[in-house]
Amino acid sequence: MSQIFPKWTNFLPIAIIAGLIGSGSFAVGVIWYFGSPKFLDVGYRPKQPVPFSHRLHAGELGMDCRYCHASVERSYEANIPPTQTCMNCHAMVLPESEKLQPIRESFKTGNPIKWVRVHKIAEYAYFDHSVHLRAGVGCASCHGKINEMEIVEQKKPLSMGWCLDCHRNPVQHLRDLSNVSVTDMDWVPPSNQSELATRLINEKKLNPPEDCSACHR
Amino acid sequence: MSTVDDNTTKSIASGCKPLIAGNPTFSSITQRITEIVELEVKKTPKAWFIAFSITSTMTMIMSAMIGWLLWEGTGVWGLQNPAGWGWAIVNFVFWVGIGHAGTLISAILFLFRQKWRTSINRFAEAMTIFAVICAGMFPGIHVGRAWVAYWMFPLPNQMSMWPNFRSPLLWDVFAVGTYFTVSCLFWYVGLIPDLATLRDRATNKIRKIIYGIFSLGWRGGNRQWQHYEKAYLILAGIATPLVLSVHTVVSFDFAVGVVPGWHTTIFPPYFVAGAIFSGFAMVMTLAVIARKIYNLEDFITLNHLECMNKIMLVTGTMVGYAYACEFFIAWYGGNIYEQSIFINRAKGPYSWAYWTMVTCNVIVPQLFWFKKFRRNVPWMFVASILINVGMWFERFVITVTSLSQDFLPSSWDYFVPTIFDIGIFIGSFGLFLTLFLLFLRFLPMIAIAEVKGVIPQADPHYYEHHDEEKH
Repeated sequence: MSQIFPKWTNFLPIAIIAGLIGSGSFAVGVIWYFGSPKFLDVGYRPKQPVPFSHRLHAGELGMDCRYCHASVERSYEANIPPTQTCMNCHAMVLPESEKLQPIRESFKTGNPIKWVRVHKIAEYAYFDHSVHLRAGVGCASCHGKINEMEIVEQKKPLSMGWCLDCHRNPVQHLRDLSNVSVTDMDWVPPSNQSELATRLINEKKLNPPEDCSACHR
Repeated sequence: MSTVDDNTTKSIASGCKPLIAGNPTFSSITQRITEIVELEVKKTPKAWFIAFSITSTMTMIMSAMIGWLLWEGTGVWGLQNPAGWGWAIVNFVFWVGIGHAGTLISAILFLFRQKWRTSINRFAEAMTIFAVICAGMFPGIHVGRAWVAYWMFPLPNQMSMWPNFRSPLLWDVFAVGTYFTVSCLFWYVGLIPDLATLRDRATNKIRKIIYGIFSLGWRGGNRQWQHYEKAYLILAGIATPLVLSVHTVVSFDFAVGVVPGWHTTIFPPYFVAGAIFSGFAMVMTLAVIARKIYNLEDFITLNHLECMNKIMLVTGTMVGYAYACEFFIAWYGGNIYEQSIFINRAKGPYSWAYWTMVTCNVIVPQLFWFKKFRRNVPWMFVASILINVGMWFERFVITVTSLSQDFLPSSWDYFVPTIFDIGIFIGSFGLFLTLFLLFLRFLPMIAIAEVKGVIPQADPHYYEHHDEEKH
């Protein structure tokens, strides 16, 4: 009986197994890296209808975040300010500016500016700004240094794993609000941060939930 | 030669009735089984094509329905509050149960040296694999979002979440996954010598290459057989605990819950007995048809069928005992919720399902006490179908009656299946039978090498003995 397969085919099974392992790990690697929110979502910087500069307002002029995003301490949502908030100042400041034309237009007609939302979380996830602020988590922990951004972009992945990282170990993100503002963009954890945070956790009875229904209500 | 040897030889060669009828030789066995597979495609029997077109149509209808289910959500089923588990879970347990006969026949009966298994083990194993495929489909679509069904596996992910390791639903994934893997391996290892036979007999090149690849260079040498037997024995050893563990874990899906009618310790043995019961019934249904159509009465003799009927009698009686025991404990345990659910099963809105189950599972197999019924092919065919009807209803009774009348009487409801429940269930039979028909067409449905091992000629002293007679 003649052989069905020539001798070189002995090499095939090894090649196929090696190929499967290789291409399998390659596929896992590609999905792992390119499919992650870290790659897909961080750096999202949509074009806004008005060239509003956070660097100018929050950075150079030193305005507090809460002047515009006023509801952040009381509501689940940090509101996008209405045109009227802009006009509080810009009725007087740069009233003729070319760049502010859409603001004046909106103020006159009452049609709101269509700002583009930057930080999105899935609609099946519940997030409450006020409770995080009360716990002492600063704006910069999740939004990055907004005061240095000309146009706001997403700095953190906002993925579930990223949320849970902090819920499981919040120590590096808790501020003592009696000493430092929650909106302070330049805050860095002091050298005794872990003791401080432990004290805060005990005092405020902080217990970041990890159960499903905490966010998926 | 000593006298002791002489006696043994005689008893082996003449004392026992042969397992395979028709006094076959090695070559006639090979011929008889491989000719079914080697038939040209054009010469495939018409009946096969008709059956295949029906079953594949059923499969396609099911696929369309699953497509709509995935698009629209599980609401297309009759699922309602409080019965959140409906036919999909019933079907899952039903199919996993059917999948148990294959491993029992191939592993446990192998370890117990039950030689009659050789005639039925190959297609019982195939049936197991196809049943587990059908079973695995149901939890996959029952989660509703089939595209994230991989969440059932403990894979690292951006959510930093693991499945709940304390949940029997996760154990299920492992139990059924292991079972499927081991069953496939076992089946394939058993197939290798037969695939080599097909390769050696192949007349055209494509068949030679395909069977050549899958027979992994089998030459049938002594050393190969030695390794092969060892591997087979080890796999049988691995598969044996699985026969008991898989349906035990499936029963935990219910028993770990606090729902009355589920929360009982009898569930694991009760489920395992039921699984073997339904699995043998399915093997019987298929065996009766296949031996008739392919004229394999010499291989699957009445003795084989009778052995299976005995196993069905035993397991059916065990299942009946479990039903009685549940009622006894409901009364003896003094838990009023447990009592009410069992009274409701027998007398409530689902009593028709309960009594169908009792009739088919407990009463029907009792007739197998009589030899006349055990050896009556039409009757055992009908009985095997009735038993599987009963076993489906058993899972329906467990799942639906307990859920639809839970702790809160205000939410009690009557479960009504929709066309999607029914269609996908019937379609799963289509999938099962389609795979089975393909198996019958392209692979040897009886283990050629193993059957050869149980004919009298396989005894090394067979020819000596016959020589003596001549002198």
